[in-house]
Amino acid sequence: MTAEVGSEHDPLVKVEDLRVHFPIGRGRDKTAVRAVDGVSLEVHRGETLGLVGESGCGKSTTGLALLRLVEPTAGTVTFDGVDLATLSRRELRRWRRRAAMIFQDPYASLDPRVPVGETVGEALDIHDLHQGKRERSARIAELLERVGLHPDVVDRYPHEFSGGQRQRLGIARALACEPEFLVCDEPIAALDVSIQAQVMNLLAELQSELGLTYLFIAHDLAAVQHVSDRIAVMYLGRVVELADRTRIYRDPQHPYTRALLSAIPVPDPPRERRRVRVPLPGDVPSPTDPPSGCRFRTRCPEVFEACGRILPALQQVGAGGRAACLLHGELGDPVERSPHPDAGRGTTTGSHVAEIDPG
Amino acid sequence: MSGPLLSVRDLNVRFGTKRGTAQVVRGMSYDLHEGETLAIVGESGSGKSVSTLALTRLIPTPPGRIEGQVLLDGDDLVTMPEKQLLQVRGTRVGYVFQDPMTSLNPVHPIGRQVTEGMRFHLDVSEHEARDRAVDLLRQVGIPGAEKRLDDYPHQFSGGMRQRVVIAIGLACDPKILIADEMTTALDVTTQAQITDLVQHLQEERRMAVIWITHDLGVVAGIADRVMVMYAGQVIEEASVDRLFAEPRHPYTVGLLMSLPVLGDLRGEALTAIPGLPPSPTDLPDGCSFHPRCSFRDDERCLTEQPPLREIAPGHHVRSFYEVDDATARAASAAQRIEVEPPEASNDDGSPDAGPPGGGRP
Repeated sequence: MTAEVGSEHDPLVKVEDLRVHFPIGRGRDKTAVRAVDGVSLEVHRGETLGLVGESGCGKSTTGLALLRLVEPTAGTVTFDGVDLATLSRRELRRWRRRAAMIFQDPYASLDPRVPVGETVGEALDIHDLHQGKRERSARIAELLERVGLHPDVVDRYPHEFSGGQRQRLGIARALACEPEFLVCDEPIAALDVSIQAQVMNLLAELQSELGLTYLFIAHDLAAVQHVSDRIAVMYLGRVVELADRTRIYRDPQHPYTRALLSAIPVPDPPRERRRVRVPLPGDVPSPTDPPSGCRFRTRCPEVFEACGRILPALQQVGAGGRAACLLHGELGDPVERSPHPDAGRGTTTGSHVAEIDPG
Repeated sequence: MSGPLLSVRDLNVRFGTKRGTAQVVRGMSYDLHEGETLAIVGESGSGKSVSTLALTRLIPTPPGRIEGQVLLDGDDLVTMPEKQLLQVRGTRVGYVFQDPMTSLNPVHPIGRQVTEGMRFHLDVSEHEARDRAVDLLRQVGIPGAEKRLDDYPHQFSGGMRQRVVIAIGLACDPKILIADEMTTALDVTTQAQITDLVQHLQEERRMAVIWITHDLGVVAGIADRVMVMYAGQVIEEASVDRLFAEPRHPYTVGLLMSLPVLGDLRGEALTAIPGLPPSPTDLPDGCSFHPRCSFRDDERCLTEQPPLREIAPGHHVRSFYEVDDATARAASAAQRIEVEPPEASNDDGSPDAGPPGGGRP
């Protein structure tokens, strides 16, 4: 435990330049899917950080890499001040108690042949969290009750439960080892609308009762905004914007965030009729061969010359937000060896910044 | 003024199952006019997909049983001989389903899949069909259409595949397009492209669209009229503006209140609907929604099935209880989204007392 538990800028998890590349092909065709390609973010103790993006942007892989459920290709993940890469196998195993995951598909993530009580109890056995059978059953009953299920259900099998109840089971299992940190990967995507709210409310209750820290991964920005304190937006393996939930909505700084916000339908017909969408031409490029420079430049409505030359860094923009866009100044890693910025470019960029400021 | 294109009366769909008869669609009636977009919303199992599959008898019978009347331009599709019905599917009623990967055959090039229906239904040569396919693919926004006819589905992205499926649905120029969760599997930016595309094509062709979805946001953007289904029944029907501004059925209000809305920054907990929808083989007595209803205040809810009543012109509600103004307004997204500064907060300052369900935690 560090000294300033609960303070506002107390990162529980800190990710720096995380990369996860999956090799594909062989021989001359050998290449890699760059699922996560330079992600930096931090999750503060007690907060919910939302991670949004469209399918294939690397949000789930980021979540898995945070828990060392896939090995990062490069970069560091620091948990409570400790670099996870430095842990021995035994230490890593012991650390696993402190972080858990809730998966998207409550049908696929429970073993159909194991009674649900055993699924929850397994974590207790692995981490040696009980002394004897009686304590074990009591703990299982307590966990089931905590997530809103009747403790009598311990001997039932997953198929006897509805989708929402299965997701509750998934949460009970994740809570069994008393973690501080939960990665929730699309925990509501498979559920019906009326059940989604039940699960989101449960997660919120558990967070305030147990002081949990969440990384909430989802493609649904409305749900993410509802549950999160801060939101990170990903595109093609990188975080393009990170800001608090209000700011992302009121004052998005990255063109992709603006396009994403403009595409999300809202259940209010007059607003829908007034809506002006930021059109995004084409498709997301392949993560095996991402564009040079800014990953979004092939679809960006505000693209300019420098975007192909410089890979923009996630930089502070105003107070309380970060964006990775050259419109906010040419900060980033040059793509080629000779990044001579000539005078003309300088002024172009300057005028872009000037245009952006008032709007 | 012309009559409705499609007129559905008292449509019932049942399936014989091991656990008894599943009543999947119960007493559904509606009219659909040329150029109109009707949205059917509901949760999984509410009967929305089955009700539209049943229109052209696309469900196997047995185990299914379809009753009622489906009049398309005066022809009753429920009693029409199968052979004649083959000419209706595709040419007069086209379908587009949710998952473009399972709607497309992976071993045939897409050109062949787009032309298949035309070759079957329309009297066109292979050459003409190919030309039309290129034209269609261009209309749905597939770049380099003529070069892509011989490509296979896996060579397209999800959004592009769905465009191909839409092209197939439109190939024989149907009067009615049934879009069943058409954009659900797509990313939001792609979804926006597809909804814009369909609206554009619809205007061009004066086509009517039945849009099935669980996404109320999409409904708000595309529909003229909305039907909300629960446990096989239409429980509320109204124009899109009215439904979202003045929902009256407790279930509709509950759905809206449980929905996170982009731009709702108040940080209040969502009001979830407790419990689960009933099984179609074991429907409760009385109102199907009463076990989950937080507004229920009438003896009849438990014993009597509420009729679908017209409470205002074009606004139908199947409930003994109508949600009051203040609660309905509080549930509407328009009230929850951050209001562009101050004035809006005053118009609902009416001392309309506490809504029955409003104070619940």
